[in-house]
Amino acid sequence: MITKRIIPCLDVKDGRVVKGVNFLGLADVSSPVKLAKFYSGCGADELVFYDITASAEGRALFTDILTEVASTIFIPLTVGGGINTVDDFDRVLKCGADKVSVNSGALRDPSLISAAAKKYGNQCVVLSVDAKRVDGQFRVFAKGGREDTGLDAIEWIKSGVANGAGEIVLNSIDTDGVKAGFDLEMLKAVCDVVDVPVIASGGAGCIEHFKTLFHSLPKVDAGLAASIFHFGEVSIPDLKRELAADGITMRL
Amino acid sequence: MIAIIDYGVGNLFSLKSSFAAIGADTVVTGDPAIIRSAEKLVLPGVGAFGDAAALLRRNELDKLIKEEASTGKSLLGICLGMQLLFDYSLEYGRHEGLGLIPGSVRPIGDYIPQGYKIPHIGWNALHFPAGKPVSPLFRHIREGDCVYFVHSFCGTECRESVIASAEYGAELTAAVAHENVYGVQFHPEKSGDVGLNILRAFCAL
Repeated sequence: MITKRIIPCLDVKDGRVVKGVNFLGLADVSSPVKLAKFYSGCGADELVFYDITASAEGRALFTDILTEVASTIFIPLTVGGGINTVDDFDRVLKCGADKVSVNSGALRDPSLISAAAKKYGNQCVVLSVDAKRVDGQFRVFAKGGREDTGLDAIEWIKSGVANGAGEIVLNSIDTDGVKAGFDLEMLKAVCDVVDVPVIASGGAGCIEHFKTLFHSLPKVDAGLAASIFHFGEVSIPDLKRELAADGITMRL
Repeated sequence: MIAIIDYGVGNLFSLKSSFAAIGADTVVTGDPAIIRSAEKLVLPGVGAFGDAAALLRRNELDKLIKEEASTGKSLLGICLGMQLLFDYSLEYGRHEGLGLIPGSVRPIGDYIPQGYKIPHIGWNALHFPAGKPVSPLFRHIREGDCVYFVHSFCGTECRESVIASAEYGAELTAAVAHENVYGVQFHPEKSGDVGLNILRAFCAL
């Protein structure tokens, strides 16, 4: 049986991992290559790298880093951030990325999803969505959650999948950072309408939250988190062992 | 030296890097002279079967690969590269393969129950067929180890050659071997240490 996936997410700016990473025993905590190795050794099932660089220089550094990561660790890599064109897909896939995540780029130009899916296959295109409750609706937000697009998240995700998105990352702004658990209600609404893998993001604070996620929503394929892994609040080996002991299929 | 056969399909960066990580000397090439001089061959591939088979034929690499395999040289097909080893595929029409392993390629959807997502994508456990010795390709890994899959079509009518399967509502062909020709449906270059250990075993065949 396909295992549920545990995915740490790393934000990279100007070639360094940012947003405070705090590991015991890791001297250079902002080296993407060292962190990638660390997580791969811990049993992470996949890694997500978000390029939060704004400059062209930073972007070039990012692809250098990606190349180094992809030649050092051998698990699936997803890249997001600054993906606006099919050429951007090409740029990161050549460096060893397996999947490319689009968010604002697809909101600006929805045809990016179908163009990329046609060229690289649906399995390569991940649609990442930041969503928040507004007036009784799940609303899509752009610009890192700062701008209400007015779009209905469920409709946006349905059309994304119809256009060729092979996977959905759903980040609930309502639960993000609160560490009170994943947004099960929002995730269920998405799982009910798509038949591609759904990755839950936003809200994980402890191992129990992952158990609840996978037990209550069997259609969710993966749990993604950043700070709780980076700060060692949840260790991936412990998490995977406990989930497996609780009857959830894991790669150990 | 191992030749990773380049016929214009897919990105070979990760594959080359993973062989480098285990200290194996590889060349990514479509040059017949280099392919002939290689000790072992790897046939990669992503995308559509028909396109890939046509590209192999256009470069006359199909004949060359068959000739080289007939000399006893070890050949490893990966993902679509494995599917190309079979007699034919029914992916969007009928397309002839290399015929190095008896069998055919069909949509996964023909075999698995409703409710299973297609493609079969993610980490899944390898199961070795009962009553057969474990393939030398798997000498460094264990039954139940997980590897990374991404595919919508699978090898069929090849029971004799199956050396590993994966459970996904049905037993899907995960790896095949026929004499010196090996094929894996999963991506060893994306399967962590388990994948590297499979490549290591291939290098030592």
